[in-house]
Amino acid sequence: MAGRRAFSVKDLPGFATIAIACFLVLYAPIVTLVVYSFNAGDSVAIWQGFSWRWYESAWDNRQVQEAAIRSVAIASAASAISTVLATMAALGTTRRAPFRGQMVIYTLINQPLMVPEIVTAVALLIFFSMIKIATGYSGLAYLIVAHSAFCIPFAYLPIRARLEGMDLTLETAAADLYATPWQAFRRVTLPLMMPGVLAGAMLAFVISLDDVVITEFVKSAGQETLPTYMLGQLRRAVSPEVNAISTALLVPTVVLLTAFYLLNRRRS
Amino acid sequence: MSAPALALLLVGASGPLLIVAVYSFLSPAEYSGVVWELSGDGWFRVVFSRDIFDDTVKLADAHLTIFWRSAKLSLLTTLLTFAFGFPTAYFIATRPQSQRPLWLFLITIPFWTNLLIRTFAIMEVIRNEGILNSALLALGLIERPIQILYTDTAVMLGMVYVYLPLMVLPLYAAMERLDFRLVEAAYDLYATRRRVLTRVIVPLVKPGIVAGSILVFIPALGAYVTPRVLGGGKNMMLGNLIELQFGQGRHWPLGSALSITLLVIVMLALIVYVRNVSSESAER
Amino acid sequence: MTSDRHQVAVEARRVGKVFGDGTSAVRALDDVSVSIRQNEFFTLLGPSGCGKTTLLRLIAGFEHPSSGQILLDGTDISREPPYRRPVNTVFQSYALFPHLTVEGNIAFGLQMLGRQRDEIAETVDEMLALVKMESLRNRRVAQISGGQQQRVALARALAPRPRVLLLDEPLSALDLKLRKEMQIELKRLQHQTGITFVFVTHDQEEALTMSDRIAVMSDGRILQIGSPREIYERPASRFVAHFIGDTNILDGVCEPGPDGAGRLRLACGLAASSPDPGRRGAVSVLVRPEHLELGEPADGEVIGVIERAVYFGTDTHYHVSLGETHQVVVRRQNRRGDASRLAEGARVGLRLDGDAVQFLDD
Repeated sequence: MAGRRAFSVKDLPGFATIAIACFLVLYAPIVTLVVYSFNAGDSVAIWQGFSWRWYESAWDNRQVQEAAIRSVAIASAASAISTVLATMAALGTTRRAPFRGQMVIYTLINQPLMVPEIVTAVALLIFFSMIKIATGYSGLAYLIVAHSAFCIPFAYLPIRARLEGMDLTLETAAADLYATPWQAFRRVTLPLMMPGVLAGAMLAFVISLDDVVITEFVKSAGQETLPTYMLGQLRRAVSPEVNAISTALLVPTVVLLTAFYLLNRRRS
Repeated sequence: MSAPALALLLVGASGPLLIVAVYSFLSPAEYSGVVWELSGDGWFRVVFSRDIFDDTVKLADAHLTIFWRSAKLSLLTTLLTFAFGFPTAYFIATRPQSQRPLWLFLITIPFWTNLLIRTFAIMEVIRNEGILNSALLALGLIERPIQILYTDTAVMLGMVYVYLPLMVLPLYAAMERLDFRLVEAAYDLYATRRRVLTRVIVPLVKPGIVAGSILVFIPALGAYVTPRVLGGGKNMMLGNLIELQFGQGRHWPLGSALSITLLVIVMLALIVYVRNVSSESAER
Repeated sequence: MTSDRHQVAVEARRVGKVFGDGTSAVRALDDVSVSIRQNEFFTLLGPSGCGKTTLLRLIAGFEHPSSGQILLDGTDISREPPYRRPVNTVFQSYALFPHLTVEGNIAFGLQMLGRQRDEIAETVDEMLALVKMESLRNRRVAQISGGQQQRVALARALAPRPRVLLLDEPLSALDLKLRKEMQIELKRLQHQTGITFVFVTHDQEEALTMSDRIAVMSDGRILQIGSPREIYERPASRFVAHFIGDTNILDGVCEPGPDGAGRLRLACGLAASSPDPGRRGAVSVLVRPEHLELGEPADGEVIGVIERAVYFGTDTHYHVSLGETHQVVVRRQNRRGDASRLAEGARVGLRLDGDAVQFLDD
C-alpha cells in the first residue's frame, strides 16, 4: 500500500480537524466560566485557589434569591399553561385528516419562533402598558401570559412530532375493542403521547427560565428574573458571583439534557 | 381543541404586533407612549432626520450606520457559522451510527444553554483582562491587551459562537439522510473529492443549508443581547436601536416603525426559505 | 346443525358509500348487497381501490354507510359506533398497542367490556395457547417478530369472542413462507373457534385456498359471489376471469355441428364441440391454460409455434402462436425426467376439449 491510507468514501480532508476545533471552541468559554465561579479571588482570569465563596455570596444576595424564586415560579406556571394548551392544540391538529385552516393554525402556533424576539418584546411592552394604564394591575400575570405564549411552540413541536409518529389505527383498534372515545384516549392516546408531553413541558420550562429579551421589556419595576438580573449586572464590572449564578442556571439544563440522552440511549 | 392555545397566542404574540403596526403611524407623546394623532413622523425618521434649527431634511446617518452594521454582521455571522458548521455537521453525520448520538448531544448542550450565559462566557474570554489576552501576554506575543470587547468584531465573534449550533443541527439533519451510495457513484464516475463535495453533497443537503442559514440570519438580524453585552453602547444593532426608542422621552412610533421594518425583512427571508423548500419537495 | 350453517351473520343491504362531497366526491361502494353466513370463511377479493376495505370498515363501524344498511344477526347496526359492535378487526398494520405487553394487548378488549379479573386472565391464557404464544406473554410488542405480532393481533381480536372477525389483508406484510403457514393457521383458528371470518385480500391464490365463499369486487361493486371452484371455473365476467388465475379469452362463432350438436369454431383456428349445443352466433370464450393440450403435430390438429417457454418450477407456461395474429398460453406440468419439454421455436399440435370451454356473456 506504500503508506497510503485506504480510501474512504466518507472522508473529506480537514473536516474532522475543523469539527474538533469547533467542539473545543464551543466548550472552552463555558468551562472557563464554570471554573472561575470557584475562584477564591475577585478575578475572572487569574486563578487564586478553590472556594465556594461566590456561591455563598450569591446565595446570601437577597436580589438573587428573589429573582431565582420569581424565575422558577414564572417558568413553572408558563410551562404548565403552555403544555396543557399545546397538548390540546396538538391533539386537535394531528389526530384527524388534514383540514382547511390547518396551515393558519400552524403559522399562528409557530409565530413566536418566526418573529424576532425584540419585535415581540416591543409589541408586548406596548400592549401591556395599555392594559396597565387601563386596569392599574401590574403583577406577575403579564410575565406569565407572555412566557406561556412564546413557550407554546416549544411545547407543541415535540408533542405533535410524537403524535404524528403514532399510528392513527391505534385509536381505531381501541374502538374496535370496545373502548369508548374517552377510554381510548385515557388508555391508548395519553400513555403513548406522554413522552412527547414531558419533553414539551421540559423544553417550555427551560425556555421560560432562560428568557431575557421579552422579560426585560414586559417586567414591571421590581420584577427581575435571574437572567434580567444578570443582564443588569453585566453593565458593571463583573465579579465571579455572576459566574456562580450562571453555573447554577446551567446545571438544570445540562442535567435534563443528559437524562434525556441517557434515557434515549438505553431505549435504543 | 386548538382554540385556547390560539387565543393565548393572539393575546400574547400576534395581536400586539397589530398594535405595533398602528403605533408606527401615531405621534409621539412628550415623555413616553403616543398621542392618538395620525402621523408619518415615525416612518420618516427611520431613514431621515430633520435639523432642529433650520428644518432641513437629511439622511439619518446614525440609523443608516446601524442598518449597515446589522446587515453586515448578520451576513458575516451566517457565512462564518456555515464555514465552521458544515464540516462539523458532516463530521457528526459520518461517525459510526453508535457514536452519533453522543456527538449530537455535545452540540445540543450549548444549543440549550442560556444565550445570555454563553454571551457572558465569550465576554470573559475576550475582555482585556480575560483568558485570551492574559495568555497572549504571558506568552509574550503581545505587549498590551488587544481591545476586542466593545468592537464589531466582538459582536460578530459572539454571534458566531452563540448561533453555531443553530447552523449545525439542520445541516446534520440533512446530512444524516444523505445516501452515501450516491457519493460512491460519484467517485465511481471519476469525480475528485472537491467535485464530490460541490457537485453531489452540497446540492443534496441544500435544504439543510437554507434552513441553517435562515435559522442563524433571522435571530442575528434581530439580535439584542449579544450586541448589548459585547458591543457596548457604541456598536448598536437594529435590536438595540429599537429598544432605545422605548426609553423615557424617546420616540415610540419610530421604535414601532423600526420593529415593523425588521419584521418585514424577516418575513421576506422566510418567504425565500419556504419557496426554496417547496420547490425542492416539488422536485421529488 | 345444517340449518345453522346457513343462518346469516352479517348482511349488507344495498350499501353505498361516498367519500368527500361535491366534485371531489368518490363513490367507494355502489349498491352492494351481500349475506355472509355463520361459521363461514368469507373473502372479499379485488384489486386495490375496489371498495373491499371500505366494506370491511363499514361492518366494523369505522365508517358509516351513505345509504343502505348493515345488519348483524338481523339487527340494523349501521349507526352503532365500533365500540358497541360485537365485531373485531385484525388490522393490516396489526395496530398493536406499543405501550402494552403481549398479554396487555390481548386483555384490552375484555377490560373495556368490564369483564372480571379472573375471567380475563383465563381468556388471555386460552388465547395465548390458541396462537401458541404462551412463552412471550410478557414481551413488549416491539420486541417480537412480524409473524408473532400477527398472532398477537389475532388473539387480541378473538379474545372478546366476537360474532364476526374481520381481517384486513393481515398477511400482506409477511414473507411468502410465513404467509403460507399463516394461511393454514387461520383456517385452523376458524375451525377451532367457529367464528365467522370476513377476510379482505387482493391475492387471488390466497382467496382460492382459504375461503368457503368469495365475493369478487371491482369499482365499488360485487361482480360475483361463489365458492372458489365456481369463481375459478365459471367466472361470470371477463374481469373475474382475468382477475382469478391465468386465462385465454378467445373469440369465435357457434355453428350447427355434423350430428345436430353445436360446433364452436374459434378465430385462432381451434375448434371443439360446443358445451351449449343450442347456441349460435359470435361468442367470447374462456379457456384456462391447463385445459389446452400440447402434442406432436398430427393430422387434423391445429399447428402452432412455441414463441416462449417460461419455466415455473412445478409447471411450464408455453406461449404458442397460431398463425400471424393469435396467441394462446398453455400450461403443462413438469414431470421428473420429462424429456418432452418443448423448446422455443418447436412446432406443436394443439387440442381443445369442449368441456373446458366457458362462455363469457359480457
